[in-house]
Amino acid sequence: MSMIHVNGEPHHLVPSLALLLEELGLGNAAVATALNGYFVPANERHDALLKGGDQIEVLSPMQGG
Amino acid sequence: MALNLYDCEIESRFLLGTARYPSPTILKSAIKAAGVEVVTVSLRRESLGLSGEAKATGQNFWSLISQSGARILPNTAGCHSVKEAVTTAQMAREVMGTNWIKLEVISDDVALNPDVFGLVDAARILIEEGFNVFPYTTADLGVGERLVRAGCKVLMPWAAPIGSGQGLSDRNALQAYRQHFASVPLIIDAGIGRPSQASEAMEMGFDAVLLNSAVSRAGDPVLMAQAFAQAIEAGHAAYKACPIEPYQGAMPSSPLMGRADLS
Repeated sequence: MSMIHVNGEPHHLVPSLALLLEELGLGNAAVATALNGYFVPANERHDALLKGGDQIEVLSPMQGG
Repeated sequence: MALNLYDCEIESRFLLGTARYPSPTILKSAIKAAGVEVVTVSLRRESLGLSGEAKATGQNFWSLISQSGARILPNTAGCHSVKEAVTTAQMAREVMGTNWIKLEVISDDVALNPDVFGLVDAARILIEEGFNVFPYTTADLGVGERLVRAGCKVLMPWAAPIGSGQGLSDRNALQAYRQHFASVPLIIDAGIGRPSQASEAMEMGFDAVLLNSAVSRAGDPVLMAQAFAQAIEAGHAAYKACPIEPYQGAMPSSPLMGRADLS
């Protein structure tokens, strides 16, 4: 079974970035996404197709100085 | 007179970081008590709950900060390369809905010194992409010149290393910086530990102070935030009032004329 990594953790392959966020319960959340080190804007997540080995970052605003 | 940052009028000259507070409630109280209008926010991995940890904690934080009413200044803290910083800024702009970015490109994890070469390169790229860049930099005049030439309309020289609380570690360099960039808004960023140090920076003519640890790690963060707000305001008022220059010797303040002869 092909795997991807989401925020450094293994996860089963999901067809697109948009579907991945929905599966994670973050479909409408205040998050920004990157695929293999490159920013993917929210309106391009449906077209961002995933494949085994992809590295996905799902980031949100956090405490910072 | 209000502080103008990228055509945005700011009344409070105290910019505050949001990290390392004892609780979200204390952070919110500190922002309110000090009248802070601009807060810095980072971008980090959202908790996904895949390993049993609390899920989506960033959403709670974002909700709290959004409700504070403060303007958000996202940062690129922890980025070591131009690519990391640019990508982080792009992601921050989308999720936080602002073109403002506190640009940090760090050269090493120990001293957290700015990588000034990467900083200038990243600033150039981000400004071309429409960002309003607030660069965290050293007090080096040449680097500041390059940042201004790249399009930075605000500069943020450090007082001392991040979180050190050392205060103004090189007053002469900062004084020269202020004089050289007379018409550029200058915000002292990092290294301030006490209100007196922030006040001194403002007396030197700096336009604002940005700090985090000195408040969040204080015994009473809310009271300390108030103390900083008062010190920064006092220092700015003193600068505008043109302080006297030091004089070698004594100078009587009461008039000599009209003294009684009581000998």
